[in-house]
Amino acid sequence: MWEQIRINKRNSMILLTAMAGLLLGLGGLLGYAFVGPQGVGVGILIAGGVWLLLTLISFSSGDQILLASSGAVEVTPEVHPMLFNIVEEMKIAAQLPAMPKVYIIPDPSPNAFATGRNPSKSAVAVTEGLLAKLNRDELQGVIAHEVSHIVHRDILFVTLAGIMLGTIVLLADVFLRGTMYGSHRRYSSRDNNNAQGLMIIIALVAAILAPLMAQILYFALSRKREFLADAGAVRLTRYPEGLASALEKISGSKIPMETANKVTAPMYISSPFRGAKANLFSTHPSAQQRIHVLRAMMHGANYQDYDQAYRSVTGKSGVIPAAALKESEAIPTRQADTRSEPQPQPAAKAQQRILFGDFIRKQQGFAFIDCPCGVKLKLPPNLPTSKVQCPRCKTVHTVTQS
Amino acid sequence: MAGLGAMMMMFLLLGGLVLVAAVVVIGIYNGLVGGRNQVDNAWSQIDVQLKRRHDLIPNLVETAKGYMQHERQTFESITQARSQAMGAKNVTEASKAEGALTDALSKFMLVVENYPDLKANQNFLSLQETLTSTENKIAFARQAYNDAVLNYNNKTQMFPSNIVAGMFNFTKRDFFEIESPAEREVPKVKF
Repeated sequence: MWEQIRINKRNSMILLTAMAGLLLGLGGLLGYAFVGPQGVGVGILIAGGVWLLLTLISFSSGDQILLASSGAVEVTPEVHPMLFNIVEEMKIAAQLPAMPKVYIIPDPSPNAFATGRNPSKSAVAVTEGLLAKLNRDELQGVIAHEVSHIVHRDILFVTLAGIMLGTIVLLADVFLRGTMYGSHRRYSSRDNNNAQGLMIIIALVAAILAPLMAQILYFALSRKREFLADAGAVRLTRYPEGLASALEKISGSKIPMETANKVTAPMYISSPFRGAKANLFSTHPSAQQRIHVLRAMMHGANYQDYDQAYRSVTGKSGVIPAAALKESEAIPTRQADTRSEPQPQPAAKAQQRILFGDFIRKQQGFAFIDCPCGVKLKLPPNLPTSKVQCPRCKTVHTVTQS
Repeated sequence: MAGLGAMMMMFLLLGGLVLVAAVVVIGIYNGLVGGRNQVDNAWSQIDVQLKRRHDLIPNLVETAKGYMQHERQTFESITQARSQAMGAKNVTEASKAEGALTDALSKFMLVVENYPDLKANQNFLSLQETLTSTENKIAFARQAYNDAVLNYNNKTQMFPSNIVAGMFNFTKRDFFEIESPAEREVPKVKF
């Protein structure tokens, strides 16, 4: 997949340059609109500073920002051993230099994404809904898809694009408000009133167009890579059906993701929106098509087999870069496991949810008291009293937290 | 005078050729070393997982024993396969012994189906997940190892790198195929 990796690195550079142009232009316009011709230089200078700061921030902690904005919580292996096992399995299969960090998003809608700078510094995040709905093979397919994004270096590009797009949306928003407040000043200064008025209209149009353009670029790039990550996932797991049935369950879910927004949407394995919002800007190829391609892979699990399946399902030319197609070694697919898989019982899944809930409470500073009658008291931080009564057996406990 | 000039040219040309050849040889040599290190690294990954599986078995047997008094033979075959696998000295031997162990474990898992009490045991469930994951990790590590071996072996056998490989004694490596008698018995459906 070297070709794809190079394309992604190049795209990251193009994105950074385009963003610089866009920001500098916007800065110049803003300067002109607010101050006049002498403000153009200052505007460009400030915009350049903003761009530099943004680039630095997105490289150093863009992944953290995106994870935080989607409400993801980093978890330890005890919280969900199976999820950790699966991530480690895929790390071994893909020969990643380091274990990705594992995050859980407290959201009932099933979805997942990956982020990070490079394969040695990466993270995968899955929702609670995903963990509740999928079985082991399906979860493995989803994680393999995310690990493929890491291997293909999609993560840096998507992270950069996410931060940049987020900023443009924010800047344009600020600017639109700014022109509303600024209108007073415009009427008080009488000289070159017309020119400034025209400039404000142009700036306004630019402010509306810029986020739209950025979004179109972002969406256009994120479709092909989903197919590529699917192909990579099959190559890792050798089991197309796992991912196919996972996608079926994810796309069949009617629950929209509450924590996703238009900036983070393209990161997810499947579009997080439902209903009218989903059709406006489709960030993902149709799940139905992806499932058909995966199910059409009958002969083997290498890139050629995926490409062949893709061509026969869509009738278009292939999606896999030529360099990856040269791979000659035949890879057979794995048969469905005949031995009994540990399918978690409903009780075990409920237990899992409680574990995760407690994990989050612990991070928020909750105190836990195990009452001898079997009740576990969960106390929020900064309780006004130091005595708590157990609701079942009425024993009074003393709270020892600070 | 003309002869001297031609001699100089000859020397320069020869020196240049030697230099180019040296650079090419160094490049191929480094590629071979890189390939060999990748094979070793991939092998150590398998090794870690195999060891983990060996450590897991006594635990598993201990937990299951209380529930399955009538399955002494199953336990014995697992324990025996384990000690044989732990004594394996090279890749070929390990392939065979680990294959037998995989078989014994999957037979055990089939037997477990008859013991609902055991399947409900929390401790056993978590052991079962660990075992499944370890089996998967072995399979994926093997996948990665065999890819690395194929890549390295190709280098040692294909022209021109095979010449450099012969010069510096890079020998071909064995694949890690888990030899499972049960897997061979599975009837293949042909259409």
